[in-house]
Amino acid sequence: MSPTTTLASQDLASKDLKVVRGGWPSLAGGGVLAAIVVFLAAAPWFVFSPGDVTNLVTLFALIILGTTWNLMAGYGGLVSIGQQAYIGAGGYGVIKLADVVGLPIPVAVVAAGVVCAALAIPTSFLLFRLVGGYFAIGTWVVAEVFKLVTQELPGFGGGSGLSLTAFQGVDRVTRIATVYYLALVLAVLVVLATYVLMRSRVGLGLTAIRDDSVAAASLGVAVRRSQRLVYVAASGGAGLAGALIAVNGLRVSPDSMFSVQYTAFMIFIVVIGGLGTIEGPILGAVIFFALQQLLDSYGTWYLVALGAVAIAVVLLAPRGLWGLAARGRYEVFPVGHTVYPQGSPQGAQSVDFD
Amino acid sequence: MDWINAVLQGVLLGGQYALLACGLSLIFGVMRIVNLAHGVLAVASAYLAYWLVQQTGMPAFLTIVIVIPVLAAVGYAIQRGLFNPALRHGELSPLLVSFGLAVIGANLLQEIFTADSRKISIGTLSTASVELVGLRLGVFSLITLVVAVGVIVGLQLYLSHTRIGRAMRATKDDPEAATLMGIDERHMYALATAIAIGTVALAGVFLGMSTQFSPTYGDLVLIFAFEAVIIGGLGSLWGTLLGGLVLGVAQTVGAQIDPAYGVLAGHLVFLVVLLFRPQGLLPKAVVA
Repeated sequence: MSPTTTLASQDLASKDLKVVRGGWPSLAGGGVLAAIVVFLAAAPWFVFSPGDVTNLVTLFALIILGTTWNLMAGYGGLVSIGQQAYIGAGGYGVIKLADVVGLPIPVAVVAAGVVCAALAIPTSFLLFRLVGGYFAIGTWVVAEVFKLVTQELPGFGGGSGLSLTAFQGVDRVTRIATVYYLALVLAVLVVLATYVLMRSRVGLGLTAIRDDSVAAASLGVAVRRSQRLVYVAASGGAGLAGALIAVNGLRVSPDSMFSVQYTAFMIFIVVIGGLGTIEGPILGAVIFFALQQLLDSYGTWYLVALGAVAIAVVLLAPRGLWGLAARGRYEVFPVGHTVYPQGSPQGAQSVDFD
Repeated sequence: MDWINAVLQGVLLGGQYALLACGLSLIFGVMRIVNLAHGVLAVASAYLAYWLVQQTGMPAFLTIVIVIPVLAAVGYAIQRGLFNPALRHGELSPLLVSFGLAVIGANLLQEIFTADSRKISIGTLSTASVELVGLRLGVFSLITLVVAVGVIVGLQLYLSHTRIGRAMRATKDDPEAATLMGIDERHMYALATAIAIGTVALAGVFLGMSTQFSPTYGDLVLIFAFEAVIIGGLGSLWGTLLGGLVLGVAQTVGAQIDPAYGVLAGHLVFLVVLLFRPQGLLPKAVVA
């Protein structure tokens, strides 16, 4: 029971009000998403070529990156431009865990995510001394340090990087299918975990931080602790995505894995889709992925266009495309509550509580 | 002697970093905006100067007469057209907008000038040096350091002694009260950005004359400028000068230990400052 519901049912005349979270429109939306996931699970058998399947792994990694970056920036108010630190650590980590330690690939990918989350804990104590934009560039410096240290460490291949050898001897179809299903399952789990978190007490606090962190603190939300939690979780997510990118591409190099380009992608995905919503980053990832496939031949012009679109969305539609489409009234993942006067369940007087 | 030399070279390198960083420090000091397009604007200035030299054959130093006003106008337009509207949506928006600008800028430069490295030729000046008790100091680096100190002194004097400088500081302290006093807040912000980007332009041309640059070089410029600002202390231009020097010395001393460790040593000094003195070395010593 969230405080919002308590307020509505006790202080106002409770018999006249009905508090709804979600309802059938959300169930319908969830059903459509579930159907899409089932389709994606079945699709490799009859629709896609191996090349498409490999490409889709990129989409799933982008969904994980967008969802977790949004959790940190959209809800926690922590704009990081250095999550490539954990993408790179996850990529290198999974190769070491699979090739040197000898873990099976799925276990190695998950373990790489856990390692990245663990790395984020001490890092957060350093970075949380900075706020706002200075936090942002601080995260970038940390990512550069990760990259330079990785280049210098013995056994990490220096400037040219590492190749994954654990898949040697595995036939191509099995390899591609393993990575594909692993990526699909992880993307679904990350989105669901974010949803469960946002429905919890912590999530309510995060929603308050998103709207006004000072007011949230004055109401007793543990702002710092919540922010640390989402920073660590988002870094684990970035590590998972990096690990997936590495096992999908079979090799890593410092310049590609620790590239600030990933941050550009994450920001576009979340800002264009809708900052501070669960649906937004998924929509944004799909749009970004589609644009990337369509406009790939235009080279750098497509990044110029993406930058311009992102600026336009920030200035003209700050809640993103999902915000424009749903107008805050519709949620596939119901986090907020809607209060209706009894007797007119679709009435114009309904009041939304996020 | 090698170590003394490394420290001295670091001080000279630090002059360049301080020059690159003071615009970032000014924009943050007045508007609390962290301009992620800072590095790209510096590199764009270098490209503009390079292009002017190629097209007209004018002396490299003379290009600043054109590059600074052009970039200052760009800065004014960016503030009026993009940052001011973004500020109304909260503090995240200007950050995201400036990141979008940085991506656009870097990719446009790549599209126009290709990814090849360039350098603005300054003839024999690039290798000229003076000898001081057995140490050789580059004349161009010395000029850069003098210009950096000059720009910072000039900015300080401008902010504290002119009518517009006072209006700018008033807007920084309390935008609403300043507006009540008849100060146009949006114009003040745009002027501050114009001045800041003007210094970035100067720094960018000097950068282009001293080193090889490419469209993605702005990333490093932004990181180094940012480290100089944080090491020195937020909101202090003298701090930024000191921060630039500390960063420069850290990099050259690190490179003296092992050439591969130069940049890393700079990052580590930055992180150590963050750990033990997060307010920076000279926090708000002078109003800026």
